[in-house]
Amino acid sequence: MTPPTTQALNDEVRRDLLRTMVLIRTYEEAIRLAYYADKKPAFDIGAGLIPGEMHLSAGQEPVAAGICAHLTIDDAITATHRPHHLAIAHGVELGPMTAEIFGRETGLGHGRGGHMHLFDPRTHFSCSGIIAEGFPPALGQAYAFQRQGNNRVAVAVTGDGATNQGAFHESLNLAAIWQLPVVFVVEDNDWAISVPMSASTAVASNAERAAAYGIPGVRVEDNSVEGVYDAAGEAIARARSGKGPSLIEVQTLRMWGHFEGDAQGYRPDLESVPDRDPIPIYRDRLLKAGAITDDQFHAMQAIAEKRVQEAIDFATNSPIPDPKGHLNYVFSEGVHS
Amino acid sequence: MSTTLHHDQQSLELPVEPDAGTRKLSTAKAIQEAISQRMDRDESVFVMGEDVGPYGGIFSSTTGLIDRFGPERVRDTPISETAFIGLGIGAAIEGMRPIVELMFVDFFGVCMDQIYNHMAKIHYESGGNVRVPMVLMMAAGGGYSDGAQHSQCLWGTFAHLPGMKVVVPSNPYDAKGLMTAAIESDDPVIYIFHKGVMGLGWMAKNDRSIGAVPEGEYVVPIGKARVARAGTDVTIVTLSLSVHHSLDVAEKLESEGISVEVIDLRSLVPLDRAAIVRSVAKTGRLIVVDEDYQSFGLSGEIIATVAEHDPTLLKRVSRVCVPDVPIPYAHVLEYAVLPTQARIEAAVRNAMTT
Repeated sequence: MTPPTTQALNDEVRRDLLRTMVLIRTYEEAIRLAYYADKKPAFDIGAGLIPGEMHLSAGQEPVAAGICAHLTIDDAITATHRPHHLAIAHGVELGPMTAEIFGRETGLGHGRGGHMHLFDPRTHFSCSGIIAEGFPPALGQAYAFQRQGNNRVAVAVTGDGATNQGAFHESLNLAAIWQLPVVFVVEDNDWAISVPMSASTAVASNAERAAAYGIPGVRVEDNSVEGVYDAAGEAIARARSGKGPSLIEVQTLRMWGHFEGDAQGYRPDLESVPDRDPIPIYRDRLLKAGAITDDQFHAMQAIAEKRVQEAIDFATNSPIPDPKGHLNYVFSEGVHS
Repeated sequence: MSTTLHHDQQSLELPVEPDAGTRKLSTAKAIQEAISQRMDRDESVFVMGEDVGPYGGIFSSTTGLIDRFGPERVRDTPISETAFIGLGIGAAIEGMRPIVELMFVDFFGVCMDQIYNHMAKIHYESGGNVRVPMVLMMAAGGGYSDGAQHSQCLWGTFAHLPGMKVVVPSNPYDAKGLMTAAIESDDPVIYIFHKGVMGLGWMAKNDRSIGAVPEGEYVVPIGKARVARAGTDVTIVTLSLSVHHSLDVAEKLESEGISVEVIDLRSLVPLDRAAIVRSVAKTGRLIVVDEDYQSFGLSGEIIATVAEHDPTLLKRVSRVCVPDVPIPYAHVLEYAVLPTQARIEAAVRNAMTT
């Protein structure tokens, strides 16, 4: 397989970045609608078409779009409890992913995983609901790629709240000493549920922490998708060429609650959130620069809506798992104690 | 390096529990040999952990491997158990067959999330689409005054949590065959060796820690108990070093006309419940000997297995375990809590009073 060489930013790339962001947002809005559809008037977290916790990624699209533009499905990504944007940008099929979120037999994990536990071997995508603990498995994927002598890379994504976990620091150190082809990405959305980064983290930028492990560290400000694209392009090319790991922190934005149903009473910046929405900001920039027309943007939206609706329909019409199969898949051979 | 460095699913047709032959090895050497022979045949197998390289493993599980296979395939790690156990998981997902050593089972506290939330659950969460074929090997057990944080067994803790096979060999023959089976398993396997069965030159040992081992590769199936000694009066269900003690007691009591059957579980997950029931159906007297903590663990599970099958089988039942106390340091205190031969013998005599 031949990974893409990093393409310099041109208008085609810019449109692709916007297209990915629009698809992600369209998806998250549809999931949000489906999530609340049958949780009214009284909110019951375990009820409805989509039960359980739901962590949506609206506002964090620039991270996913900017990184995944440099990856193929032969590269690996490990994501967090808030994984949809990365899954979509990396090319996970929307139908089986949505079916998993709906707890259906046709889902990626046959309804055993749920929205925090999406595993797609076709695209080497996985995620974990435990903060920072997606980093160590990414080391192993990178290690396997290194040993197998191909130029594939692993990208490990986590939030700002994860950077004070031991797993984060252990992983940076191990990747650095073994020069693993891995790129670490921190999504700084400023909020570890309700605790702001200023109250949890001793440095203003986690990119500074890269220096402790002798690896490059950069911070992308203002949720800039082009900033992410540039930084990721450099870091991924570096990893592919055997020069080892890098760390990228992106100042991004959690537009909605930590999970759906979170009233966010702890958050003083709520009023300004709509003005900071990265999609209209980027769209307007491209319109103004003549990189995209109104018609092109509307077409993007229409295609995204169609793809998302097809995924929702697929999930809605898929069978629920047979409860008699609850023991299946504990072991590969179906053995039980 | 080729891009086809993936485990070949079709490769293995190994003998199952062949004759032991006459060549003798220590348990440590048997483990080394199993790993070495698999590494010879399968490029995807590699070893990783603290001091597994030039040192050869603190308890000699990897002695000599680095000389044969080099530092790329026998890798010393930083003291970062979360990172390197997780690394094993990711490598396994991408087609490698890692053997990762956690130096002492007692250290699971610093890395358990990778073990029970990731290694053990990914196959299930992925609906069987992602396999994690790794071996997590670790040393367990006390008896040499290593204190409360370096002397535990804890195998019941892993067995309690779904998604991991748990094997605990008691002798060189089983150690080699179970290691080969563990490497070949498509599921994660916790491989726990008691330091006292390794046959180390620097620790008191039972003669049974050295025994006959076939020279070629073979497997001992995971999930199959072994009747270590046949008997008719009392069943001892046990594992690991306690098998040695139980066999010594059985040999001693034979001269008094007490016939003790000793079942070596070899695996906790899957648990060979049929072998337990079969023996107790014959003897009616059950003693569980377990160096793990007594409450909420393996010993209760064994007794429940029989009781759920048929409670009337049990004329007498008792446990010889570590009471619910941290392992003490001072020799006499430690030996007051371990399942010693004296405690096992007393339990057998007591069982024979009815």
